[in-house]
Amino acid sequence: MHGARAEETGPADAARRRFRELAEPELPRLYRLARRLVGEDAEDAVQDCLLNAYRKLGQLERDAAAPAWLTRILVNCCRDRHRRRARQPQEVGVDDVEQFSLYRKLADEDPFPYSDSLHLDFLHRFGREDVQAVLATLPEHYRAPLLLVYVDGFHAKEVAHMMKTPLGTILARLHRGRKLFERRLWDYAEANDMLREPVA
Amino acid sequence: MISCAEAVRELWNYLDGLVDDAERAAVEEHLSVCRRCCGELEFAEELRGFLAAHADEELPPDVHARLAATLNELEGR
Repeated sequence: MHGARAEETGPADAARRRFRELAEPELPRLYRLARRLVGEDAEDAVQDCLLNAYRKLGQLERDAAAPAWLTRILVNCCRDRHRRRARQPQEVGVDDVEQFSLYRKLADEDPFPYSDSLHLDFLHRFGREDVQAVLATLPEHYRAPLLLVYVDGFHAKEVAHMMKTPLGTILARLHRGRKLFERRLWDYAEANDMLREPVA
Repeated sequence: MISCAEAVRELWNYLDGLVDDAERAAVEEHLSVCRRCCGELEFAEELRGFLAAHADEELPPDVHARLAATLNELEGR
């Protein structure tokens, strides 16, 4: 497929091949993350990421670090897009969600009194699009760490490095982001009439 | 012994392995006597899996083709 360049073996060709080999397997994951961070701009954000990463390839010391390195670049591209389009979600007061517990809320409100697995039944009401809608309501600085840790499986320390943010700040954002996610799940269920016993 | 509020605050960090030995011991001591916080812990585990499972999304073939084309272009430079 690239036979025309098959005989080229210089360092520049090797670097280009290396970039492709590192980047291509990451495309699904990068796109998924970008969708959660910038919505319909995801494809453009990943394109920006690929171009920036290609220019900075010399900075990547180890191939094994490529997933985190590409993720860091993508997160920065997504932030740039937020800034340019002034679409950063409004900062929300999180003091009122610090003590929120979805587990206790469900137990207290008991929306499905005939259920013997109330908490699971609540979660099962949510489809993929519902969860995506809930995630979209979280401010980016909470949403990004949540996704990087709980969806992409990065350690909080790696996320701190990627986002050039102190570990303590990332841990605090994870805590508040989780609480806000729980609160927004409940709010979404209330707003969308999901807190009623299904009709048999 | 730590309170329920303190235990609940640490549950996700406990699940994520982000607590030190003393904090882990404190959470486990509390869990050993508090049934409600055990329920909180089980729900936190469910919620973690729920988030991972529902936030996933496949890369559409047309988007993949365009991104791969970008890689082709970069490789050909």
